[in-house]
Amino acid sequence: MPRRGGPPEVNAGSMADIAFLLLIFFLVTTTIETDSGLDRMLPPIEPPDTDVVIKQKNIFTVNINKNGQLLVEEELLSLQQLRQAAIDFLDNGGDGTCNYCKGRKEASSSDNPTKAIISLKNDRETKYGTYITVQNELVGAYNDLRNREAQRLFGRDFTDMEAEFLNPETPSSVRDDLKDKVKRIQDLFPQKLSEAETNTN
Amino acid sequence: MAKFNKKKDGDLPAVSTASLPDIVFMLLFFFMTVTTMKDSTLMVENTLPNASETKKLEKKDRVIYIYVGKPTSQYTKVFGTEPKIQLNDKFANVSDVGDFILQERAKKPQELQNVLTTAMKVDKNANMGLISDIKQELRKVNALKVNYTTFEGDAFRNLQ
Repeated sequence: MPRRGGPPEVNAGSMADIAFLLLIFFLVTTTIETDSGLDRMLPPIEPPDTDVVIKQKNIFTVNINKNGQLLVEEELLSLQQLRQAAIDFLDNGGDGTCNYCKGRKEASSSDNPTKAIISLKNDRETKYGTYITVQNELVGAYNDLRNREAQRLFGRDFTDMEAEFLNPETPSSVRDDLKDKVKRIQDLFPQKLSEAETNTN
Repeated sequence: MAKFNKKKDGDLPAVSTASLPDIVFMLLFFFMTVTTMKDSTLMVENTLPNASETKKLEKKDRVIYIYVGKPTSQYTKVFGTEPKIQLNDKFANVSDVGDFILQERAKKPQELQNVLTTAMKVDKNANMGLISDIKQELRKVNALKVNYTTFEGDAFRNLQ
């Protein structure tokens, strides 16, 4: 009779497996929070030494009033239309020097993406959420155009390349390669987003 | 029948505790991974807006945080309901922002002092007036790189 010595022990050999299974489950499902947001550069406080003359047609003015309504190039526009309007403006290529632009080449709109400036003005009463939405759409317009060019030149999205370039885990050999590509695309559509001081009235 | 009766001999079987370390370690690992170190308690409401064209904020050691929003319910009696700035654990005025940035910058290692980012965690119901004032202060101390921290999502949801 083998069992005479008492009740058999519960086999705990598989407990470790179960524990690891749970551990791996939690490891996979929990995400460690990384902050993300819109990166912006503020203009330096010292005014530039030389006054730069910018043609009115190269400036795309966006005004946000305190109710969150948009006045774009002196016209009332809805937020949903803003991205396309900005793309049309940046991609216009009015003077014909831009060989990668696919815009309408209207003489009244911007000459070249490198000269085009978006000027954003807001009221002091504007809600921050609205402001972020507008910023998001403008950055989105730039990203859409940059993605288009990156697809044409390198066959992948610009945002994707930039994210990989900024990721510290990317090996440096890959980073060096990406750096030039990212720079090149950025030069095609430089982000010129000026934030004027807010309206007080 | 004797075969079956034998089983009732002896005490209850002791539950094996051999796997207890495993379980404890599992819990430990779990909490180790999900805990993020919080360096200041929020004293303002902080519902961030949504945006889709975001970039990740890598390298936490290069970031200075500024929180803006309405004081939470426990502070409304003292500080009112107008959006306030929170720096570390204190409410602050716009004029304190510059000093704060300079202080924080001085605490960082030399090689990082030029590459710092200011992350603005602003409640979506705050007014732009305050934000513009902060931006102006940041420009004064030459902290030009800012990040408007947002949630990942559809930007048009901010308008509701």
